[in-house]
Amino acid sequence: MEDLRAFLANCARGDLLPWADQVAAADRFHRTVGSVEGAALELGLLPARYQRNRRTLSTAEQLRLFQSRVVIVGAGGLGGYVVEELARLGVGTLVVADPDTFEEHNLNRQLLASPANLGAPKVEAAVERVGTINPAVRVVPVRYAFSRENGAELLAGAGAAVDALDTVTARVALARACRDLGVPMVHGAIAGWYGQMATQMPGEDITPFIYPSGNEPKGVETNLGNPAFTPAAVASLQVAEVVKILLGQGRCLSRRMLFLDFLEMEFMEVPIASGPASRDPG
Amino acid sequence: MRITVKLFATFRKGRFDAEVREVPPGATVSRIVEEVGLPEKEIGIVLVNGRHAKLWRALADGDTLAIFPLVGGG
Repeated sequence: MEDLRAFLANCARGDLLPWADQVAAADRFHRTVGSVEGAALELGLLPARYQRNRRTLSTAEQLRLFQSRVVIVGAGGLGGYVVEELARLGVGTLVVADPDTFEEHNLNRQLLASPANLGAPKVEAAVERVGTINPAVRVVPVRYAFSRENGAELLAGAGAAVDALDTVTARVALARACRDLGVPMVHGAIAGWYGQMATQMPGEDITPFIYPSGNEPKGVETNLGNPAFTPAAVASLQVAEVVKILLGQGRCLSRRMLFLDFLEMEFMEVPIASGPASRDPG
Repeated sequence: MRITVKLFATFRKGRFDAEVREVPPGATVSRIVEEVGLPEKEIGIVLVNGRHAKLWRALADGDTLAIFPLVGGG
């Protein structure tokens, strides 16, 4: 470890560690580039790929992101963009859960979908994509659907969970599991030109507000479909929330939700009543 | 009594953005939903005067009712 530290300190340009040296250190000391990244950040060295983050995120905060684990439930329209952005941000461990394989109708919007991987599992595409754009990030692929039974195992150790699911039923189950385990959760949903999002912090229950009836498994997306920009925009808002949760910064979309209309370009903030989790909003 | 009804997203198509309507005293949200012709299974968030409300909520004179479609895609 001392040898590695000395090597890194020697390679650094100022406090930046160039990627080529990060790879060289991994080879020389038989470590992963991720492990080298952790060692560098602990030394106060910033991997040079993050240098444009640094006026927004300090090296200490970059280390915190590297040490974080985020669970992304759903690797479709929202999930693909969420994985992409969290990987580029340098969040160290991404657990990506989705039982599905890519189909042709995913190609209009899902970042991880390509003609070459039609029929392949979405979570495998997530592993490949992150390996290409930021090999220091570890992806844990989970090829089954989230359920009440496997929720605790899936969410173990998570600093935050992202709701990138596509049914109301599964979303409500995820929100409940996150509430039971005290894991902050960022909800996002889309339909055509429209989207909604909200953040559920530990101790809160957003389900009576985001899905008041809870009886219908799907929303108007069944008729509208989803174009490319809606998942990209809503996923980006979700990622901003995740970063704030992990770093304890800013003001999250807690006790309020956003309804987004990209056709009229209206963003509506709707308050979520405070009070005990079981309180009826009616 | 008079209430203001605001519709959002797909619910505006062929209807209106916002409209003041004359309704019988004590009319519920459900009644307005039916009058306006919104499919109940497409209803997402309902707000009365900016606060979440259920479909059986009875409205009062001067209330503003806002209705959003159910959005669940990912």
